[in-house]
Amino acid sequence: MFFRSFVAELEAIGTQSVGIVALLSVFMGAVICLQTAHQIGGWIPVYTIGFTVRQTMILEFSPTLIPVILSGKVGSSIASQLGKMRVDEQIDALEIMGVNSAAYLVLPKILAGVLIIPFLVVLSMVLGIGAGAWVGVTTGVSSLADFEYGMQVDFKSFDVVYALTKTTVFGFLLTSVPAYHGFHASGGALGVGQSSTRAVVWSVVLIMVSNLVLTSLLLN
Amino acid sequence: MIRLHDIHKSFGDHKVLKGITAEFLTSKVNYVIGRSGSGKSVLTKCTVGLIEPDSGHVTYDDRNFTAMSRKERKGIRQEIGMLFQGGALFDSLTVVENVKFPLRMFSDLPASGIADRAMDCLRRVELEAAADRLPSEVSGGMQKRVGIARAIAMNPKYLFCDEPNSGLDPQTAIVIDNLIKDITREYDMTTVVVSHDMNSVMEASDTIHFVHEGQILWHGDRHQLLAGGVRELEEFVFASDLMRTIRKRR
Repeated sequence: MFFRSFVAELEAIGTQSVGIVALLSVFMGAVICLQTAHQIGGWIPVYTIGFTVRQTMILEFSPTLIPVILSGKVGSSIASQLGKMRVDEQIDALEIMGVNSAAYLVLPKILAGVLIIPFLVVLSMVLGIGAGAWVGVTTGVSSLADFEYGMQVDFKSFDVVYALTKTTVFGFLLTSVPAYHGFHASGGALGVGQSSTRAVVWSVVLIMVSNLVLTSLLLN
Repeated sequence: MIRLHDIHKSFGDHKVLKGITAEFLTSKVNYVIGRSGSGKSVLTKCTVGLIEPDSGHVTYDDRNFTAMSRKERKGIRQEIGMLFQGGALFDSLTVVENVKFPLRMFSDLPASGIADRAMDCLRRVELEAAADRLPSEVSGGMQKRVGIARAIAMNPKYLFCDEPNSGLDPQTAIVIDNLIKDITREYDMTTVVVSHDMNSVMEASDTIHFVHEGQILWHGDRHQLLAGGVRELEEFVFASDLMRTIRKRR
């Protein structure tokens, strides 16, 4: 039962988020490319475009903003699902049967989030950088060679480790915080709505605070 | 038999249960009645362990449930079936999957045995045709019957029903009442029904406990109920014209 539930959560949190992650990443990569091209000129080399797109996607957009966006999509879904189960007494029904409701309902969501969100973030990095390269070449602001050179210049593999470490923590936060709020919801439809709102707000706040803390610890 | 010994429960300064002592008999449908806010639901939740009482204890066939650890309670919980007011069916599972759920979690039956047992339970509540439908696709009365099927799936010794007739039309309510009465005899269960529906009380009750402001003011059976005797009970029982007419005719 647990494994089946875990696989279902992998699908709900991971597979069903691929579309939004891909859409945002492609457009952000493309926009970063064009904005960087707009700001450089004269003495700043063109390969800076590839460099900036890579650094922005790997260091901040994919590992931080994708989890923030997912805390809206996945977080509100988790909080409202558990909140409805609480007010409809489905969680009480599990407890009466002798099922550890928190372990049965919450643990698969947290494990799935921690496991699958880093994959979504890697996908976001790849698509963002790819879209940046494509837009750069097709609009003529950069040649493919310049973009590739920029992508490789001063590359530190630790940046990816840093990004995935953050992402794992954010994956935990964006599933556990909504699960907590949903699990303790009360008061009917209004209560479920409020728990969902609180879940998203607190997830985002905690992601931002932990982003600062982790960046201080890992990059300084 | 379930015994409640001097159960007290407060929420902040508000005392909800003020020393409830009661016995719920085996193979009987034991009703707990009272006005909304009298403490019936809190009493049920204290009895099944969803809420911890501040003092007092609950025994299931002389096993002190209140004193047990969470792990020890698990054994007794698997002997308990509960029908919730709203059905509390898992809305992502079909009707038959809902009934299979406790069997999958706790029984040693093979998959074919679980399927057979689930269909037996659905047949008992005359819902085998709805097995593959989702709870949202069946009526309120059918959801209650699925709830009963799920509650009896593990062959429980104790059945709790919280307002089993709420939101149902009178004919469907009688079907549910009779089903609860019949399965109580069939499975030799100790059944506790929380209700304020007097039709249901008169239809299905064997014993009745009247809760008023967190205390049991009266207990007896449905025949004694009509004789009254306690002012608060009479105000509750004879609140409707129908019940007053019945009383006059007696």
